[in-house]
Amino acid sequence: MKEEIELIKEGKRLDGRGFDELRPIKIEVGVLKRADGSCYLELGDNKVIAAVYGPREMHPRHAQDAKMAVVKFRYNMAPFSTDDRKRPGPDRRSVEISKVCREAFNPVIMRELYPKMGIEVYVELLQSDAGTRTAGINAASIALADAGIPMKDLVSSIAVGKINGEVVLDLNAAEDNNGEADMPIAMIARTNTITALQMDGRMTQEEFGRGLKLAMGACHQIYELQRAALVTRYNQNYEGKSKREEE
Amino acid sequence: MYQVVVPGDFLSEETKRAGEGTYVEEGKVYASQYGIVNMRGEIKVVPLSGKYKPSNGDVIIGKIAEISFPFWIVDLASPYEARLHVSALSGIAREKIEFGNMSDYLNVDDLVVVKVMDVNVLMKIELALQEDFELRRGGRLIEIPHTKVPRVIGRSGSMIKMLKEKCNCFIFIAKNGRIWIRGKEDDMDLASTVILKIARESHTSGLTDRVAEFLDSFRKEKERELRG
Repeated sequence: MKEEIELIKEGKRLDGRGFDELRPIKIEVGVLKRADGSCYLELGDNKVIAAVYGPREMHPRHAQDAKMAVVKFRYNMAPFSTDDRKRPGPDRRSVEISKVCREAFNPVIMRELYPKMGIEVYVELLQSDAGTRTAGINAASIALADAGIPMKDLVSSIAVGKINGEVVLDLNAAEDNNGEADMPIAMIARTNTITALQMDGRMTQEEFGRGLKLAMGACHQIYELQRAALVTRYNQNYEGKSKREEE
Repeated sequence: MYQVVVPGDFLSEETKRAGEGTYVEEGKVYASQYGIVNMRGEIKVVPLSGKYKPSNGDVIIGKIAEISFPFWIVDLASPYEARLHVSALSGIAREKIEFGNMSDYLNVDDLVVVKVMDVNVLMKIELALQEDFELRRGGRLIEIPHTKVPRVIGRSGSMIKMLKEKCNCFIFIAKNGRIWIRGKEDDMDLASTVILKIARESHTSGLTDRVAEFLDSFRKEKERELRG
C-alpha cells in the first residue's frame, strides 16, 4: 500500500488553489505564419502549440473519403517537455491520445463540406504538467477556427480528479501522480454535449457526478477565454461578453 | 464596426435568412465559421481565413498545372483542381488538338480565365473558358487570400473603382483570390502594393479612406520628384 502524500493543507492545494480553481490560462491566436491556423496556449505550466493545415489533398490517397474530409490529429510531446527526457516520436500513449482528441472534434467539424480532403491538426507539447490533452484540445479548437474550418461549435476541455479524498479541478503533475483519480473531459459549452471523457483511477458514483459538474462549469469558463482570444484578435474593443448570453 | 463571431455563436431566429457561413439547429441560426457577420439581407458570416471552394458561376483565374490528354489539369488556388477538356478550345483552334500539340495552345503555368459551370457532390468540377481567357501578355498576377476579395472590391465596387482610376491600371479580380493587373510598370507596382496592403488590413474599418489617402500622397510625392 502506497503511503498517502499530503496534497491538501488547510483547505488549499499545494499551489495555493481552491478545489474548484483552474490554473491560469494564456492564449495567443495565429502564432505560426505558415500554418493555415494556429494557437499557442498555456494552462498552468503546460505549454502547447497547435497547428492546423487544410483542407488540403489527403495523403495517403487510399485513406481519402469520397463523401467527407478526413481529420488527422497528432498529439506529440517534445523530448524536453518532461522531467526525464522523453524518447522522441509516437508511442502507445500518444497514439491513444491522438485518437481520443480526434474523436472529440467529430461532432463539431463539418467534414461533409470538403469531400476527399484532409484536415491536419498537429498538437505539440513544449512543456507538460498534467492535463496536456485538455490543453491540446483547447488549443486545437482555436487553431481550427483560425484556419477557417467550418465547425458547429468550439470544443473546450478540462480534467477533474480526486486527491486526498477530495474532488478537485484541473490537476497539476504532483496531484496527478499522487492522487486517486484523474478524469479529463471535452465538451461543447453551448449545448453541454460531452465529446470525450476518460477516467483513470477510482471515484464513487457520487464523486463522479460532482466532478463532472465541476468540470462542465470550468469548460464554460474556458469557452469564454477561447472565444475572447479569437474575437480580440480582430476587435480590440471586445468587452468579454458572450453572444450566448443574449439568447 | 465589425462584429466578429466564432463557430457556435447565436446569430438569429430567422432561419429563412440563413446564408453562407451559418447553420440552422432547432430553429436558430448559428455561425459555422470564424469571421465577420453581415446581417444585411441574408445572414452571412464572411470568413477571415480558409481555403477557396469552387462553386457554380464563379469566374476565376486558373493556372495550367499538368497536361494529360485529352485534358488540361487546372490549378484553381483551391484544394480542388479541375480538368479542362480539349473541346473547350476546339472553336478557336486552327487544327485538331491532339496529344502532341496541346501545349501549343495552353502550356503548363499559363493562366486562363474560366467559369465554373458545375460542381458535383464529389467535387468534380466542370469549367468553361471565358471569351478573352488568355492572360499572357503585358501584365502581372498577384495572389491574395480569397477571403479578402470582397474587401478589395469594396461595397458596391467602391474600392476597385478607386484603384482603377488612381492607379491607371486594368485590374481583374477573380473570386479565388488571383488578381490580374495590366498597365505601365510604375502603375502596376503601385496597384500591387496597395492591393496587398488592403489584404493585410482587411479587417480594419475606414480602409477605403485610408487607401485613398495613401494613393494621393503617393501621387503628390511622384509629382514633386518630377518637378524637383
